[in-house]
Amino acid sequence: MEAERPPRRLVWSQATVTGTTDETVSARTIVFDVPGWTSHRAGQHIDVRLTAPDGYQASRSYSLSSGPGEAPQITVERLPEGEVSPFMVDVVEIGDTFEVRGPIGGYFVYDPEPAPLLLIGGGSGITPLRSMWRCAPDPSLVTILYSARTSDRIIFKDELADYGGRVSIHLTRETESAYRSGRISKSDLRNALTDEAPPAVYVVGPTSFVETVVAELGPMLTDPRAIKTERFG
Amino acid sequence: METRGFVGRGRDNSGRIPPGQHDAGHDFPVMIAGGAVELAREDWRLTVGDGVVSKTYDWDSLHALGTESITVDIHCVTHWTKLDTTWGGVPVGALFDDAGVGDYDYSIITSYGEYTTNLPTTDLVDESALIATSYDGAPITAEHGGPVRLVVPHLYFWKSAKWIQQILLSDQDEPGFWEVSGYHNYGDPWLEQRYSLD
Repeated sequence: MEAERPPRRLVWSQATVTGTTDETVSARTIVFDVPGWTSHRAGQHIDVRLTAPDGYQASRSYSLSSGPGEAPQITVERLPEGEVSPFMVDVVEIGDTFEVRGPIGGYFVYDPEPAPLLLIGGGSGITPLRSMWRCAPDPSLVTILYSARTSDRIIFKDELADYGGRVSIHLTRETESAYRSGRISKSDLRNALTDEAPPAVYVVGPTSFVETVVAELGPMLTDPRAIKTERFG
Repeated sequence: METRGFVGRGRDNSGRIPPGQHDAGHDFPVMIAGGAVELAREDWRLTVGDGVVSKTYDWDSLHALGTESITVDIHCVTHWTKLDTTWGGVPVGALFDDAGVGDYDYSIITSYGEYTTNLPTTDLVDESALIATSYDGAPITAEHGGPVRLVVPHLYFWKSAKWIQQILLSDQDEPGFWEVSGYHNYGDPWLEQRYSLD
């Protein structure tokens, strides 16, 4: 995996939808094919551009949820006031086309390493983390803390249940025996740091979620810069 | 190329939304690499220098230069635009005059928390760029870059460094945090200069 690559012009390409999966009541994965797509680094995103009949265009950035080397896919959560997300979740069908460019991003990225990895996601922030756990060479070194509102909002539920690493799913607005209740606490964060070597840490989710996690986790680490973050909303 | 089934509703008749952007409305999303920097007003300092001359300001000595208020539209590279944001602070041109720094082509910005960004000096002094100390008439919150941040409204907002700590003027350009990470070196939203080579 090349970290330093000469800049490459990002052009819009036509993506053709090859598959869709309903992940939850409000989130859907869209797999697509792009001519000339090579691969991406875990954590990178793409820009998506949709065009209406009158020529009006809307673009958004979405994290890739597939692992490097896998067919590119995004997983989109329907936002109540959204313009693009309801289309992605409710309208798109196999064979449809839209424009994409990417992969993009060199900061919130993970290059596979046989070393401890701590992934902390809130809500649909879990999507870029999937690309990371799928390429982590040793799942026994991976810890995933995932905060969702209710059990029917858990994205990648089955995959997480079968994953070989440590997975802890927290429900903030529901109590269910299979999951932890309440938000990810300070002691949850401390317990996630039991590995001898300090982990690489990726935190992604709504702004308030990320700020809280970073404020609590930062002082527990010798180098708070080991935490990489991505926020939305 | 038309997208089957997409109608869209974000059409802009104001001419104020650059290509690929949408109106964030009342939202003010936060983009930071790492965590927000918590810095008390009393502890904040800004150093302006050119390698020969250097002057350091605190909250009071900055404000002594005289403040202005601007109401501007701001554009984030993550596709949102926020219209009519009001910032108060000191114009960068006035700051440079007071510091007595020389005429150099590039300005390299460093923030508390080690964020860096770069831009041509002319974009700081010939445009409405502010060393901002208030937003909407109130102190700027930590997550939005307070107590003091840079505001350069005509470029994508990652150029508007939060928690600004130093401005170094130089003959040589020095790409900053996002600029070495695949983002455009200049970042004009109207030309959609998002990524390297856009």
